[in-house]
Amino acid sequence: MQEPESSKGPWARIRPQQGNLLVWQVLMMIGFFLLWHVLAVPGILPPIYFDDASKAAFFFGEPLKVFARVWEWFYSGDIYAHLWVTLWETFLAFVIGTLSGLVIGLWLALNPVASALCDPYIKALNSMPRVILAPIFSVWFGLDIASKVALGVTLVFFVVFFNVYQGVREVSPTVLANARILGANPKQLLRYVYVPSAMSWVFASLHNSVGLAFVGAVVGEYLGSSRGVGYLILQAEGTFDINTVFAGILVLTAFALVLDLLVTLVERRLMVWQPRQGETERI
Amino acid sequence: MALQGAPALALENITVTFAARDSNDTRYTALKDATLTVAPGEFVSVVGPTGCGKSTLLNVAVGLLEPSSGSVKVFGEPLVGLNQKAGYLFQTEALMPWRTGLDNVTAGLEFRGVSREEAVRRAEDWLARVGLAGHGHRYPHQLSGGMRRRVALAQTLILDPQIILMDEPFSALDIQTRQLMENELLELWSADRKSVLFITHDLEEAISLSDRVVVLSAGPGTHPIGEFSIDLPRPRDVAEIRLTPRFVELHTNIWHAMKDEVLKGYARTRIQ
Ligand SMILES: Nc1ncnc2c1ncn2[C@@H]1O[C@H](COP(=O)(O)OP(=O)(O)O)[C@@H](O)[C@H]1O
Ligand SMILES: [Mg+2]
Repeated sequence: MQEPESSKGPWARIRPQQGNLLVWQVLMMIGFFLLWHVLAVPGILPPIYFDDASKAAFFFGEPLKVFARVWEWFYSGDIYAHLWVTLWETFLAFVIGTLSGLVIGLWLALNPVASALCDPYIKALNSMPRVILAPIFSVWFGLDIASKVALGVTLVFFVVFFNVYQGVREVSPTVLANARILGANPKQLLRYVYVPSAMSWVFASLHNSVGLAFVGAVVGEYLGSSRGVGYLILQAEGTFDINTVFAGILVLTAFALVLDLLVTLVERRLMVWQPRQGETERI
Repeated sequence: MALQGAPALALENITVTFAARDSNDTRYTALKDATLTVAPGEFVSVVGPTGCGKSTLLNVAVGLLEPSSGSVKVFGEPLVGLNQKAGYLFQTEALMPWRTGLDNVTAGLEFRGVSREEAVRRAEDWLARVGLAGHGHRYPHQLSGGMRRRVALAQTLILDPQIILMDEPFSALDIQTRQLMENELLELWSADRKSVLFITHDLEEAISLSDRVVVLSAGPGTHPIGEFSIDLPRPRDVAEIRLTPRFVELHTNIWHAMKDEVLKGYARTRIQ
């Protein structure tokens, strides 16, 4: 059989493959912004969908103006206070949600009676759309950061709680029996077997819970606040300043990615004991 | 006070009936009137077809499973709770995957309140004895099956149990690794002659290691159907001893006693 001619051409070398993925990913992003620019900025294309040429820009913003806004925020330093508030809320929601999920999850998983008793309520609480609690939290905790943290905590708590619960139940009976025969008392079983097993499940859901803490903070701010990136978006929306809304979304996305990266780094450090696919060292 | 001359482990008329979880009438009697003793310093192997109740017997001996009837005595005293004098090597993986090999070996000492430095010192010594010096920093998933078995062996033996219970410890290993480890086990055992109850489905392994081989019937209602003294000289090399005439003779005798049971067990599993 003959090789297709195209596979030997220059395309074979530059087409997306291991090694040049990053280049292609960046190209895709540039392509996306170019498309946005061409479609939205008045006067580049004749109006196709909207009767008025500037309407597209009104609804979808203009990438250059969005970037200008982001630049302005960081250059003038206006955004730092807001960003700081949002990240602080995220952090508090994550820590409080994780700790309470861990403690209550462990306690319930190790108490069959308590867990049987609470089972329907936990299921109900979990299936309830908890974002709806945000207005109540605003009433209870005011418009300051406490209500945002509370919302984030309710989101994070259940993810961690269910994972801890699962982690305790998934402990291998053999490992458990072995530890007991080696002489572990109930307290030592908790510390040496249950908690490490539960932690592996908690870490596996770390991306999820950090993401939800962030969601809680932003949604909380969006529903009523005087500080934070969610507040910036809310304010811009009030004046139909769509470019600022998009700028806020862009900043949030970038920071969500940074948080995710941090989680990946932490995970690598803490989860060395877990097998990873194809773990070999290249020389 | 332990009775003088009492067996290290005595299982008397043990019956174990498992109740099915879904309905009460589908019970399964794994062991029926099984009696077995291990003298101090004796190496006893138990052979029986797969699924006959060997693990069940060992779980009773270590106190993980309470028999439906019958008694367990450890150095003459009735067993209450877990058997404190016994070490147990499980058939399946029992290492804590979140602890390194070294930390798995230190675990038992740490549970007993031995200081960390002391525990590490002794664990490193034991890792060296099972041929794993310098591998202690690795996690179980980074070790081969044979290495994990060695870690498990060190984890059990570091506590210096007077009775060692082993449930098909080498059955998952390839034949070379297996014979190496069998020889190592004999060497460790001959150093301070503990009582060993060794479970296997492999008759050759049983003969080459033991002082006495106990043959179990096929299930349900498993019980010992024959006992054979193994008068092969020690020290033994498990690979070489298989070639001696006496070994072949013993093997033939025991195999004849077992054959019917093996076929019975095989027929039963085929029907299921
Ligand atoms: N917890 C249990 N509940 C019900 N049946 C069991 C239980 N454990 C073991 N059995 C049954 O008892 C028999 C003996 O099991 P086991 O002792 O594991 O056999 P083996 O000789 O292979 O070690 C098997 O038929 C198994 O299905
Ligand atoms: Mg078994």
